[in-house]
Amino acid sequence: MGRPSLRTWVLGLLGWLAAILLFFPIFWMTITAFKTEQGAYQPDLFFIPTLQSFREVFARSRYGGFALNSICISCGSTVLCFLLAIPAAYRMAFFPTRHTQSTLLWMLSTKMMPAVGVLLPVYLLFRSAGLLDSIRGLILIDTLINLPVCVWMTYTYFCEIPAAILEAARVDGAGFWSEIWHVLAPMALPGMSSTALLLIVLSWNEAFWSLNLTSAQAAPLTVFIASYSSPEGLFWAKLSAASLLAVAPILVMGWLTQKQLVSGLTLGAIK
Amino acid sequence: MWLQAPSVVPLALWMTVPLALTIYFSFRHYSLLTPEARGFARLQNYRFLWEDPAFLPAIRNTLVLIGSVLVITVGLGTLLAALYERRFFGRNAATLLVIAPFFVMPTVSALVWKNMILHPVYGLLALALGKLGLAPIDWFGAYPMLALIIIISWEWLPFAFLILFTSLQSLDAEQREAAQIDGANSIQFFLHITIPHLRRAMSVVVMIETIFLLSLFAEIYTTTSGGPGTATTNLAYLVYSLGLQQFDVGIASAGGILAVVLANFAAFFLVRLLAGGLKGGH
Repeated sequence: MGRPSLRTWVLGLLGWLAAILLFFPIFWMTITAFKTEQGAYQPDLFFIPTLQSFREVFARSRYGGFALNSICISCGSTVLCFLLAIPAAYRMAFFPTRHTQSTLLWMLSTKMMPAVGVLLPVYLLFRSAGLLDSIRGLILIDTLINLPVCVWMTYTYFCEIPAAILEAARVDGAGFWSEIWHVLAPMALPGMSSTALLLIVLSWNEAFWSLNLTSAQAAPLTVFIASYSSPEGLFWAKLSAASLLAVAPILVMGWLTQKQLVSGLTLGAIK
Repeated sequence: MWLQAPSVVPLALWMTVPLALTIYFSFRHYSLLTPEARGFARLQNYRFLWEDPAFLPAIRNTLVLIGSVLVITVGLGTLLAALYERRFFGRNAATLLVIAPFFVMPTVSALVWKNMILHPVYGLLALALGKLGLAPIDWFGAYPMLALIIIISWEWLPFAFLILFTSLQSLDAEQREAAQIDGANSIQFFLHITIPHLRRAMSVVVMIETIFLLSLFAEIYTTTSGGPGTATTNLAYLVYSLGLQQFDVGIASAGGILAVVLANFAAFFLVRLLAGGLKGGH
């Protein structure tokens, strides 16, 4: 063992080649963001970096406003998800009944509805309720979309906590919220924080409902970037700068959730 | 029971009310432009949808798009997962690069690919082809569907890879050794051990991607707007265009129902799979 054979080298080379190819568009966008608008058309790897495009993106659009909308929508829906999901997950994990499995399964099955099947009624309901182009409206939608994932993941973390610990807390006279806050939350914290990151990533990148339900006021970054479709998309440096700012923080978060990602995205079918 | 209500009630409403309304609208004359013409439409909306010149292309495009992306992502994803299962230098760092595209928001992926890579004059591929002395390709003019398939496969390959890669790690070490003792070579191992082991993970990837791709919208909206003509109009874009551009709620709802029916084919199998995976909680 331990002798790196020619085979290992070749496999490693292939692995890295695939990684670089797949990452290349993101890399290219990143360096283009630091070029001038004229320089962006030159396929140079070496150039004098400038922040000019970032300055122009901020000067020519309400970039901060769109970013703030994205932050409010993704964080708001994540918090709301947890508020709704924690009681259900608690009940299912510690007081399971013969309906628990089927309830859970039913919740997961709600993810199987294609968004386009309910686009019209949701649009019309939002119009009558004054929720079109509102942050509240998108928080509501993202919460409903992510709730099953949130319940399911919280449930699995709660399941890992021995029930005896809860009984001990109850003997000491802890109430429901105090149990959650002082006993469960600290123990489930690592898992739940990556769940939170995953939910933020999912709602940050959500585009179908954002494009259809918002226009100017509540538009998140996904919608703002869509406004760069031609002819403005030809301003590569500005497109890249705006995109980089929208993608970079979420990419880092996504990398941090890597472990929980698979079971979260497949709703536990693959662990 | 009351502890479950905050999750169950909103989801129950979300599952029933909009869908019931879509079904209801699909049997009504309901155009936002002619509010006076309301009433029961029998199956007319479905007939109008069927007769819409964009309908059959949209169905074909939806199936071509989903089918191609599934074949590409599951195929390449399996090869990539098998490759990454071997240890090599910096494998963890390389994994991060491979999964990165999945976290890029769809509108950014679409615009970066369209403008910076596939652009027929300034795009990197055009420059590369030019260096090789070949004619540049006008991807979105000549092969718009192929261009979209490339972009969407790039977005979903990391997802397929990650699921398949995770599933491979549960491949029994004993099984592996047994195969080695039997003198199986890499290709035999891949065909007779790896692929059968991945069957379940592959079905999960296929079904989840199918559900998402049925509503594929942002990439089409930002790159082609369904065109040229109806070359890249899929079912989701057709419903959007009928409902929110031509304001015919009735016909658009009929299209929505069709998407739900298609999704149910895929979902039926996925729920059965999940039911197997849920066993073994507390």
